[in-house]
Amino acid sequence: MHAGMAFEGGTSRPALFVGAAWAESHESPMIGELEGITFDLGREALPEEVAAWNIDIRPDGQGLPVGSGDVWTGEEVYIENCAMCHGDFGEAVGRWPVLAGGWDTLTHEDPVKTPGSYWPYLSTVWDYVHRAMPYGQAQSLTDDEVYAITAYLLYLNNLVDDDFELSNENFTEVRLPNEDGFFMDDREEGEIPAFSEEPCMENCKDSVEITMRATILDVTPEEEEAEVTEAAAETSDEPATEEAAAEEAPAEEGATEMAAVDPALVEEGEGVFRKCRACHQVGEGAVNRTGPHLNGVLGRTIGGLDDFRYSGVFEEAKAAGEVWGPENLGAYLADPRGAMPGTKMSFAGLRSEDEIAVMIAYLSTFEAQ
Amino acid sequence: APDPAITELQDWQVYLGDGVDAAPYGMPSKHESHVVRRTVEWLTADNVSSINFTPLHELDGIITPNGVCFERHHGGAAEIDPAEHRLMINGLVDKELVFTMEDLMRFPRENHVYFLECAANTGMEWAGAQLNGCQFTHGMIHNVMYTGIPLKLLLAEAGLKTNAKWILPEGADASAMTRSIPIEKALDDCLVAFKMNGEALRTEQGYPVRLVVPGWEGNMWVKWLRRIEVGDEPWHHREETSKYTDLLEDGTARRFTWEMDAKSVITNPSPQAPLTHGPGYTVLTGVAWSGRGTIPRVDVTLDGGKNWHQARMSGPSLNKSMHRFYFEFEWDGKPLLLQSRAHDSTGYVQPTKNQLREWRGENSIYHNNGIQTWYVNEKGEAENVEIS
Repeated sequence: MHAGMAFEGGTSRPALFVGAAWAESHESPMIGELEGITFDLGREALPEEVAAWNIDIRPDGQGLPVGSGDVWTGEEVYIENCAMCHGDFGEAVGRWPVLAGGWDTLTHEDPVKTPGSYWPYLSTVWDYVHRAMPYGQAQSLTDDEVYAITAYLLYLNNLVDDDFELSNENFTEVRLPNEDGFFMDDREEGEIPAFSEEPCMENCKDSVEITMRATILDVTPEEEEAEVTEAAAETSDEPATEEAAAEEAPAEEGATEMAAVDPALVEEGEGVFRKCRACHQVGEGAVNRTGPHLNGVLGRTIGGLDDFRYSGVFEEAKAAGEVWGPENLGAYLADPRGAMPGTKMSFAGLRSEDEIAVMIAYLSTFEAQ
Repeated sequence: APDPAITELQDWQVYLGDGVDAAPYGMPSKHESHVVRRTVEWLTADNVSSINFTPLHELDGIITPNGVCFERHHGGAAEIDPAEHRLMINGLVDKELVFTMEDLMRFPRENHVYFLECAANTGMEWAGAQLNGCQFTHGMIHNVMYTGIPLKLLLAEAGLKTNAKWILPEGADASAMTRSIPIEKALDDCLVAFKMNGEALRTEQGYPVRLVVPGWEGNMWVKWLRRIEVGDEPWHHREETSKYTDLLEDGTARRFTWEMDAKSVITNPSPQAPLTHGPGYTVLTGVAWSGRGTIPRVDVTLDGGKNWHQARMSGPSLNKSMHRFYFEFEWDGKPLLLQSRAHDSTGYVQPTKNQLREWRGENSIYHNNGIQTWYVNEKGEAENVEIS
C-alpha cells in the first residue's frame, strides 16, 4: 500500500467465536455456541422448488399426493417396469430383491425379507418406488402408477384382494404384518455392559481347535494376473521378471488393437462382459433376462428379438430397419442414454475405447442360434 | 554372490526419469498397481448398486488414500456439475433455504479425521469364515480427514422450530438416498463436507458435497447431498426398515442401530499378505476403531487366545478415527492363530464372534464386530478361520 493511500477495506469483524473448551482439548477444536449468529448466506427456497424436491412419505401418510391405483392396473405397470428384475410375481430374477412371500421365514437360516414378511410400513414401499424405481429410470412413474404398483405388491403378498384400490384416502388403513417386529437399539442395556469387562490376558484356555475355514467354501474372488505375477516374482531370485512381464502386456495390447477377432481381445472382452452378465446372457442356451440375450447381436435388427420387451426407442429403431454394427453398438456402449434416449438399460456406459473394442470383439464371437 | 541389484547398473541410475508434469495429477508407482479396490461379484445383482473393498492389507498409518476408499452406491456414482448443485433445507425451519456451492464455501469450516464403516462390513462372516482376505472381510471402511461445515451452522441459518426432532438428508443420485437422523446428532458433530484429505471429494464419495455422521454407520453419510428436511418424526425409509435393521434369532429386529461398535483387524499378516520371509523377526500390524470414542488399547494373541499381549499404538489417537497398532515378534516358523481385540475409551472390549452370536444369532447381516482369526501355517500362508 502506498503511503498516504486511505485504507477502505471495510470492517474486519470476526464472524464467530470458538467455544472456550477447545483450548483445553487435545483434539481439533469445534466451533462453539453460535446462538443468535447467522451468516445471511443462501436464499429462501421458492414453494415450487420445495415441492419439486420434497417427495418423501412418512408412515402417518405425510407427503402422500392425491391419487389412486388398483391391483389390475398395478399388475400391468409392474410387468412393464419391474418384472424384468423382480419377477412377474415378486419372486425376483438373479440377486435382485424378492418382493413377495417370505412369510414365517424370519427365524429361518435364510430369511426372506419382503414387504409382506418384514417391512414395517407401507409408506416405505410407496416412497421408495416413487423416488428410486424403476432402476435406471428413477422418478419416471406417475403418482397413480406408484399407487397401482403398491396395490399390486400388497396383492402379491396376500394382503388385499384383487379388486383392491389403494389411494391417499385409505392408505394409512393398510398395516403390514411385521409392523410390531421392530424395537429400538437396545445394545446399551445388554450387550455393551456384557462386553465391557476386563478380559483374560494369560492362560485363558487349555486348547484351541480350528472349527471352520474360509478356503473350504472358496468364494473369495481370484486375485488378478498382476498380483500373481508379483507373487511369483517375490519367490524368485530374479527381481527383473516382474517388470518385464508388466511391460510386455500393454505392448501386445496396442499392437493387436484393431484386429477383427483376435483371441486376446476376445479374452479381454470376456473380462469386460462381467459388467453386463447380471442382465445379459451369451453363448449356448442364452435366454433373455433383464436384458435381451446377445447371441448374434452384431447384424441383428435393433430391437429385433420378438420375445423381449424393448424400450420405445428400440421399437422406433426397429421400425426404421436399423441394424446393430460395430459403430452404433460402440456408441451405445459408450453412452447408452445418450445414444438411445429413454433406454431401459441402466448401465452407465463403458469408459474407454479399448473396453468397447474388446467388447465388440467378444460379442462378435457369438452367432445367432 | 554379490547382489546384481548393487553391482549392475540399473536403468534408473543411467537414464533420466520423467520430467515434472508427466502426470499433472500424480498416480502411485506402477509397481503398486495391485493396490486397488476389489469387489465380490456374487454379493449383489449388478455392479451399479454394489460395493467394493479397501485394500487394508496394503496400507499403513491411519489415513486411507482417496483412490482406494471403498465405494458403495445404490444408483451408481452420480456425476454432478458443482455449478448446478444445490443444497436445500426445508421442513420445520423458520426459513426454507437454498445454498449454492459458492454459498457453502463462505461458511466457517472444520477439519476432522473420521472412519466411515459400512454397517455390513464383515456381514458375510456371520455364519462362519467365508472370505479369504481382510480386504473382503473388513474392507468396507476408510478413514480420511474431512473439511466441512458443521451441520449445526446450516440448521441455525434456517432456524429450527421447537418441534424439530429429526432430519432427513437426501442424495441427488438416482437412488435419492435418504436416512432419518435424530436432531441431537445433527447438532452435535455432523459435517457437510466438501474435501477429503485436502482434495475435493472423489465422485464416488459424493462430489461435490456429502454428509459426515461421525461414528455412525456409513449408510447414513448421504453422498451428493442435495436436501435436508427437518421433521418431528423419523421417516422409516427403505434404508432404515428393509435394510440396516438387525434381525435377531427370534425374528424380531433392532432398528436405528446407528453407532459402530469397537472393532479391530490384523491387516498383516493376513490371507492376501502372507509371511514370505521365513522364521525370524517380523512386524504384525492392524487397525482398530470405535464409533463411541478412541482406542487406547489393542490386545494381540499369537496362539488363538491362550495368551494375549498389549500391542503398541502408533499415530494420532483421534475421536471416532482409525487407530494403528503394531506387535513386533520373533516368529519361530510354527503355525500361528492370530487375533486382535480392541478396547475403546468407554471400556468396551471387542467380543468374540461366538459372544456376538449369543446375543444376535446369525441373521443380522449388520454390525458384525467380532474378533477375526487368521491361521498362519509353517509356510507363512494365512487363512480366514474360526476357532474354539
